[in-house]
Amino acid sequence: MKYLSEYRDPETAGKMLFELRRIVTKPWTIMEVCGGQTHAIVRSGLDQVLPGEISLVHGPGCPVCVTPLETIDRAIAIALHPGVIFCSFGDMLRVPGSRADLLTARSQGADVRIVYSALEAIKIAGENPDRQVVFFAIGFETTAPGNAMGILQAEKLGLNNFSELVCHVLVPPAITALLQSPDNLVQGYLAAGHVCTVQGLSEYEEIAEKFGVPIVATGLEPNDILEGVLMLVKLLEAGRVEVQNQYTRLVRHEGNVHARKAVAEVFTVCNQKWRGIGEIPGSGLMIREKFSRYDAARKFGVGDINVREPEECISGLVLQGLRKPAECAAFGVNCTPEKPLGATMVSSEGACSAYYKYKAI
Amino acid sequence: MNHDTVQLAHGSGGKLSAELVEKLFLPRFANRALNRLEDQAVLDNPGGRLAFSTDTFVVDPLFFPGGNIGDLAINGTVNDICMCGAQPIALSAGFILEEGLPFDILHRILLAMEKAAAEAGVKIVTGDTKVVPRGGCDKIFINTSGIGVLPEDVAMSATGILPGDRIILSGTVADHGMAVMTCREGLSFQSEIESDTAPLNGLVEQMLKVSRKIRAMRDPTRGGLATTLNEFAASSGRGIVIQQSLVPVRGSVQGACEILGIDPFNVANEGKLVAVVPPEIAGEMVDAMKKHPLGKDAVIIGEVTADHPGVVALKTGLGVKQVLDMPVGEQLPRIC
Repeated sequence: MKYLSEYRDPETAGKMLFELRRIVTKPWTIMEVCGGQTHAIVRSGLDQVLPGEISLVHGPGCPVCVTPLETIDRAIAIALHPGVIFCSFGDMLRVPGSRADLLTARSQGADVRIVYSALEAIKIAGENPDRQVVFFAIGFETTAPGNAMGILQAEKLGLNNFSELVCHVLVPPAITALLQSPDNLVQGYLAAGHVCTVQGLSEYEEIAEKFGVPIVATGLEPNDILEGVLMLVKLLEAGRVEVQNQYTRLVRHEGNVHARKAVAEVFTVCNQKWRGIGEIPGSGLMIREKFSRYDAARKFGVGDINVREPEECISGLVLQGLRKPAECAAFGVNCTPEKPLGATMVSSEGACSAYYKYKAI
Repeated sequence: MNHDTVQLAHGSGGKLSAELVEKLFLPRFANRALNRLEDQAVLDNPGGRLAFSTDTFVVDPLFFPGGNIGDLAINGTVNDICMCGAQPIALSAGFILEEGLPFDILHRILLAMEKAAAEAGVKIVTGDTKVVPRGGCDKIFINTSGIGVLPEDVAMSATGILPGDRIILSGTVADHGMAVMTCREGLSFQSEIESDTAPLNGLVEQMLKVSRKIRAMRDPTRGGLATTLNEFAASSGRGIVIQQSLVPVRGSVQGACEILGIDPFNVANEGKLVAVVPPEIAGEMVDAMKKHPLGKDAVIIGEVTADHPGVVALKTGLGVKQVLDMPVGEQLPRIC
């Protein structure tokens, strides 16, 4: 596990922290967009050792967290259909909808299975020709290519018993929405390394230029994040607005062209509701008309299920970096990982969940 | 046997039941108490205090790298008995079989149980078999209960741990849970992850030769190391601090945990123990443990503290102290 120890090496971290303390001269507010980064920051205690001038705020970058309540309700409604095999990534199973989660549906008799990719669900569909197999296609740009491949593969194999319940969200429109907010405090962004692996850097260059904010595409290990912060602070201190790539071992400027082509073939951009935030224009993906027979929401007629979110929860403000988890009255009281009220407590990558699990002493 | 698979009649108490016991169970587990085939085992009274424990095994898949439900059923109860310092002497084994279970699978499981019992030096002295209709259970469920004899001068309890006591871990964490999970999910890695299922009574015996002053012991099964440490902290009202970098995790297991987004501290073990000992005997205890095959990676991972009562703290590589909480429910793989 050489690659892991290198990116978690305390000595390397110490050198970067020393350099960071040396160069920082004023307060900076930085947002890490990705939930995986939030998890790594809080788990390693990175936020506790950064210079006091640097304030890390946590972005909306957990696709599990931002999946709207009604999408979970739709998933449960489909899963409870007789004869359906409902396939999902593991951490979606515990995310509560308005009344229950997929684990509860499973206890009520639904055939809910954990899979690791849409192609695994395709395999299940092939093995069960007399049953409808539905894959819960959620995630950012990172999982969209694999989920697009699922539909392309279903078409290639002529499968009539496969469909996807799609809830894809896109990062750049979310960052744009945050930057356009009058409450915005963020001065620089750590872009999600895995998303950039697919999308490349050009979208971020447009954002940086339009809003005058530096952005660093950053990996997910503690020392990746620390290096990303260091690169960003250097840009901020120098007053330079540009996009840099910390995650050079995986991110190319043009991204993954083949993956993007598959996404463009199957999906088209749409307005998308984000749990805790609301609707963001052009921030989602929906299945193109050409592939509508693979659209589970249409197939099972669950598109009209809509619900309201609990008002006690301030996850929307947390997702926008305007509040820290502990500033919520419900945090750790009425809202815990066992009984989450809102978006940021439902997944281990959510900011509230990470803060709750890895509280500093 | 005239059938390839278990029939409902094998649990009916008639001829087929008798045939099942005589042809399958007795050849594997034969001993004086069991051979009488009474409704109870009559044992000689060993005197002193007895430890009594029960555990039920429903693992899926039945067979996984490094073990199966059979040796798990023996080792699990043996370990529960010996965590208070007792030496197990006799076990019961109760089977719930699903109609249609192939006899060759049952036979393989019984062979594993025979081997595990022999390794632990314990006899299966009484048992029971029920057969449920197809769908009534998932292939086979096993319950084992057992008794052990506790030495007179041994009294372990998590309530008695004190500030300054050292926390010793007998080896790598998360092997069993990740072996089962990767097998269940059909994930393959370059190097196979194997369960650590093993009877710990031999190692405990070695430890008690060093000192009878071990404060508390537990085998960190479901919920993993994090759960066990939190149980110690809660029972004693003391704080616990462990150093993240000192907890051994195999490279392949760490890799699987990283890929699936699972914390190895929350994952089940089936052949490891955590002991809390006074500081003056900790070094000698670790040295003695290292001489036993099941303790070769034994290490002091932290200590009990008067600070933060009831809370377990994890010191990260960056020197930050954080709360190490119990996991919430089932460990689920993360999306990204």
